[in-house]
Amino acid sequence: MTSLASPAAPARPIARGLRFGGIAIAAIVLYTVALWLALPIFSPLTSAQAFPVAIQQTVNALSIGAIYALIALGYTMVYGIIELINFAHGDVFMIGAFVSVIFIGGIMGQTGPVENIPLLVVLIGGALLFTMPIIGLLNVSIERLVYRPLRNAPRLAPLITAIGVSFILQNVALVVAGSGDRSAPQVFPLGWHLELGGASISVLSIFIFVLALTLMIGLQVFISRTRLGRAMRATAQDREAASLMGVDQNQTIALTFLLGGMLAAAAGLIWGLRFGYVRQDLGFNSGLKAFTSAVLGGIGNITGAAIGGFVIGFIENFASSLGFSRWSEFLVFMVLTLVLIFKPSGLFGHATGDRA
Amino acid sequence: MTASRPPSAPTPRQNSLRVLLNQLRDASDSHRSLTIVVAMAITTALMYVLPGLPPLSIVQGSNIWYDSFANAGVFVLLAMGLNVVIGMAGLLDLGYAAFFAIGAYAYAYSNSPFSHTDLPFIPMLFVGAAVAGIFGILLGAPTLRLRGDYLAIMTLGFGEIVPIVFLNLDKFTQGTNGIGGIYRPEPLPGLGAFSPSSPFNYFIVMVVIVTITMILLYRLQDSRIGRAWNAIREDELAAAANGINTVTTKLLAFSLGATTSGLAGVFNASKLTIVSPDQFLFTVSFTVLAMVILGGMGNIWGVAVGAFVVYNIQVVFLKSINGIIETLGIPAFDLGPVHVNLAKVPFSDYQYLLYGVALVLMMLLRPEGLFPNQRRRQELHIAEEFDEGEQGEITGAMGAAPGAAGDAGGTL
Repeated sequence: MTSLASPAAPARPIARGLRFGGIAIAAIVLYTVALWLALPIFSPLTSAQAFPVAIQQTVNALSIGAIYALIALGYTMVYGIIELINFAHGDVFMIGAFVSVIFIGGIMGQTGPVENIPLLVVLIGGALLFTMPIIGLLNVSIERLVYRPLRNAPRLAPLITAIGVSFILQNVALVVAGSGDRSAPQVFPLGWHLELGGASISVLSIFIFVLALTLMIGLQVFISRTRLGRAMRATAQDREAASLMGVDQNQTIALTFLLGGMLAAAAGLIWGLRFGYVRQDLGFNSGLKAFTSAVLGGIGNITGAAIGGFVIGFIENFASSLGFSRWSEFLVFMVLTLVLIFKPSGLFGHATGDRA
Repeated sequence: MTASRPPSAPTPRQNSLRVLLNQLRDASDSHRSLTIVVAMAITTALMYVLPGLPPLSIVQGSNIWYDSFANAGVFVLLAMGLNVVIGMAGLLDLGYAAFFAIGAYAYAYSNSPFSHTDLPFIPMLFVGAAVAGIFGILLGAPTLRLRGDYLAIMTLGFGEIVPIVFLNLDKFTQGTNGIGGIYRPEPLPGLGAFSPSSPFNYFIVMVVIVTITMILLYRLQDSRIGRAWNAIREDELAAAANGINTVTTKLLAFSLGATTSGLAGVFNASKLTIVSPDQFLFTVSFTVLAMVILGGMGNIWGVAVGAFVVYNIQVVFLKSINGIIETLGIPAFDLGPVHVNLAKVPFSDYQYLLYGVALVLMMLLRPEGLFPNQRRRQELHIAEEFDEGEQGEITGAMGAAPGAAGDAGGTL
């Protein structure tokens, strides 16, 4: 497990990656089987009908989990570095969703599915290249303008500020875009399907999963292999000591916000492609779920946050597949409560040693 | 703090007004409860008379003013309760509206055609408050063992979940429609019946509730518990080392905040006669937070005034501002390429944006609020006097901070 504060890059990354991938695949298969067994109990489906549904829902869970995981990474990195719950992060994701809609719908003028693969690649790649730097810089400027002056203030001050920033972002979006759903162009054709075991799996879901995984591996490599990544890990471990060793605090913290913002922007783009709408209060709910993911994985722990995101995706999908989608938020909250009661350091975190 | 202020010793140069003010302050410090009663009586008298006089009477009629004063009282209560959690104990509660909702639904179940019950109002104030307080304990007990940040996120989640639960359990709560037709309080001796046409009764009841709450909170603030909250807020480790049970003390603050919120909920339900999940969204918690921050964390009367002013700005000023602009005849103008017509700007849509900006600016520029509590102000500004990386020394230097000798002396 790579914690942001872990001392060194893991040894033999390929072997670890393979073992980790094996466990992940086992978990996914386990989920499919669990859903397959549970579906006939809660719905009129027979066991045979339930199997393809279970596969489809598993893929859905992976794509929604990918969104939560990408947002959760931003929470966990910021918390790892400056121990701040950045309440505004969910809303940064929401702004990211809006900006990607502006790029695809406004600048490129697309409204519907694009069957032409090269154009699609240009559209999605362009949206990523357009949105990620903008949102990354937005996040950096938030840090620069409001969090940095409060870095040594009592804990309550930056937390309250973060809530304030969250509300500012939400209401700016409200004033600019109005309330209610704004449609997002679903340029990725929803009709594209793969047949697998009688189930038709949407290519979009696979694409989302692969994109998210690529970004996460990229982040992992950046943090564990590069000089700047090492500076981030050092700062997370001990800010003062890192500073004494010549690590530029401000630069490292800004970098953390930049990376977090960029991942949130990617999540925003994915949201638009997947759900076809954006709304100003999107960030609040997703932010809460992503934060729960980060806590579940052990806050400050990067791999943990990513896994936590997928676990929350699975939990939510399980509830909605069985017809309890109204209760999915409640369920996620219960997960948060239980984790905090029984294992506050999260599934993969180290004991924080900071319990009162 | 009562004993800490040295007796006033006027020098010959001081004029008599200053002497009088000093004597008044000493008297109010040594008879705080009496002072609150007198101050509230004067305020109430002003609030009774002023709506009939020009500047206020132009905006709306007296009864509407009393009505809005009573509603403002709900927020004053909420803000005073949240102040215990944030200002006194230094915990961030972002799901405050949840307890407000619990109090309101408790009253709805005890006084509505939906539940076929009609219980008396005054006892229900206590019951509703107690129910909310119990939920506060249930939520706080597991969370308060952890770092303060987790409380913020747990309460945020709780505040989000409670309306969802009330919405989803439609068999028991009528879902979105909420529970309507809640009975108004039975007539109280000397006041007569409660009805929508006589908001004055609600206003008087609210004044009494606020006065009593304020007296209790001031007494609590000056008590051993209040000092324990101070200590925890300033340095939890040091407080624990000095024999304070930090978990129970924090839990007490948190559940006391919840209790006050529940009390406000009962009153609000009895006044609105309907409760529904959409009355208790996160915006309510956020509004109360903004009131506490603006008023000045830790300062009870400051927070109360902050809540009152913010509420009236929100419901009266922002709504009538377009009318005022139209009356004043400010013409539309062009600001570069943007055409600005102030009379058409939907100012009340911007209220949460304004709160957000206010919150951030206050934290950056004046974290102690508009009416600061002395001790809180020193704490919040202490970091400015030290360079980065000297946090270890900050706690040790607290007592030596310039000006710290004033109010802080003798309380710890």
